[in-house]
Amino acid sequence: MTAYIIRRLIMAIFILIIVTLIVFFIMQLLPGDPLVIFLGQQAGTGSISQEQLEQLYIRYGLDKPLIVQYWNWITGVVQGDMGESIYYHEDVGTLLLERFPVTLDLGIKSFILYNILGIVMGMIAALRRGKWIDTFATVVSYIGVSIPVFWLGLILIYLFGLRLEWFPIAGYTLPTEDLWKNLYQSFLPVICLSLMGWAVIARQTRSSVLEVISQDYVRTAWSKGLTERGVILKHVLKNSLIPVITLMGIGLGLMFGGQVFIEQVFAIPGVGRLLVGSVFAQDYQVVQSATLIIATIVILVNLIVDISYGWFDPRIRYG
Amino acid sequence: MTEKKVIETGISEAPPRVGEWQRFQRVFFQRKVVMFGLIILVLLVITAIFAPLLAPYNPTQISMKESLQQPSGTHLLGTDLQGRDTLSRLIYGSRTALAVGFGSVLMAGVVGVVLGLVAGYFGGIINMVIMRIMDALMGFPMILLALVISAVLGSGLLNVIIALSVATLPGYARVMHALTLTVRENDYILAERAMGASNMRMMFQHILPNGLPPMIVLITLQLGALILAEAGLSFLGLGIRPPNAAWGAMVADGRRYLLTYPWLSLAPGIAIGFVVFAFNLVGDGLRDALDPRLRGLL
Repeated sequence: MTAYIIRRLIMAIFILIIVTLIVFFIMQLLPGDPLVIFLGQQAGTGSISQEQLEQLYIRYGLDKPLIVQYWNWITGVVQGDMGESIYYHEDVGTLLLERFPVTLDLGIKSFILYNILGIVMGMIAALRRGKWIDTFATVVSYIGVSIPVFWLGLILIYLFGLRLEWFPIAGYTLPTEDLWKNLYQSFLPVICLSLMGWAVIARQTRSSVLEVISQDYVRTAWSKGLTERGVILKHVLKNSLIPVITLMGIGLGLMFGGQVFIEQVFAIPGVGRLLVGSVFAQDYQVVQSATLIIATIVILVNLIVDISYGWFDPRIRYG
Repeated sequence: MTEKKVIETGISEAPPRVGEWQRFQRVFFQRKVVMFGLIILVLLVITAIFAPLLAPYNPTQISMKESLQQPSGTHLLGTDLQGRDTLSRLIYGSRTALAVGFGSVLMAGVVGVVLGLVAGYFGGIINMVIMRIMDALMGFPMILLALVISAVLGSGLLNVIIALSVATLPGYARVMHALTLTVRENDYILAERAMGASNMRMMFQHILPNGLPPMIVLITLQLGALILAEAGLSFLGLGIRPPNAAWGAMVADGRRYLLTYPWLSLAPGIAIGFVVFAFNLVGDGLRDALDPRLRGLL
């Protein structure tokens, strides 16, 4: 097991390094000079002499070779120095720290919600195959992966916010400030964020339960005279959740993607909204750092998933 | 092929040999839901090709006199703020969706398949480098990577296609890679090698064709995801350049009139949902029909 973990860790570090290279490289693709964009935001261009421009080049290390620039950037990021936002005139680290709790709050809520809903629904659908609940689950899984999340947000706003006036249509309060208000305000966004995960998890659970249920050891469990609950919970559920666990990691990526839209639609001040705003404000320092952090989180979570996968299923470890 | 496998595995109750095409016809064409999806897709393609004939108005024609009209006999789905006919824009939007979908699938598919094939075939350090880069690309949520790349490249049809291609590249590479690893162990590959076939010939003539069925399935499912992603990008304002019609941008434009003119946002959203739904149905149908493991079961 230790060897397996170490192997995975080394691979994850390697992948993380490539991720930083990709982010750095994409930012190099920017048409034009980052400094010119920077100055253009700061003040009207033309007021700066060639000499001053060169001094700025040296100050920001832009005269150095790319590899040195990359090294300077990455060592800065590791030490928590991600530069300054040209739009907010604030430290990027501080900006992100303010917004990450919001995104994480919504993310964790919907992660819990869609996994519970998905696993329960997928399992019932498989056990009651061909019954109405199975049909319902299939329909939900198709709708979940087909509906654009931003459109779903608008529909929910229209129905429950504008027409029925049950829920607020925008805004966010931290749970530490007012838990009840937080739950009330995040109800619709969390529902939107969860639908796709719900669909994907339910589908996977259904098919893997169906696979496990026809195994010999399940028949043995039945013939031993175990109760339905015993067979399902002890023998079927445990084994069928193994492939579902991998999906949890992938689901995280999907969810971060969904938050970009949901935060936009519901006017929630999270990382997704910051990212979209920064893209339009050409605030590339923020875009670069936020992208890097999100990718890092996804990779780390997938690492944990991989490791737990090996722990649940010894075949993977030695394979 | 099939007969040989039966002997090897020694399955006594092997299903009677049915032609691949016969099985495909039975599993794929005789399912009502799959046919429903296929009909939607055929209609979509027809709509996109014959958009100029089908659309009652010019989709970019601004007419302030007709600004924000409710659905009526003259404008079946009403008009937007600039007085443009919603139905016509919806019809032309299908062109954007399909162009981005097929464009990205083609670009990412070709590059991804070649990368996966090369990585799997040669193994070693080439495999290591290519596949770890793919893993790293997988680390970015697809829409996020597409968002950042199209922000860097700027708006426009080609740039959206490039952005989405980069974001979906690792999917193809992974599938092809895994497949190459299994296929290259086969005896006929060894035989080819013994006859002195070149690497190129082995990869593209003998291994690549094996990838066709899973690729068709992946591409169909990806088309749905790509159309969804394109809609997302254009919803955020990063898609193709206005005044060209894109469904996602139409949803975004209609947001402000949700209470008074809900159709402005509703109609394009339903279009996106239906098309993605259809691609998913057909993709699943294809998978069931082409999956060799389901041979005999379906």
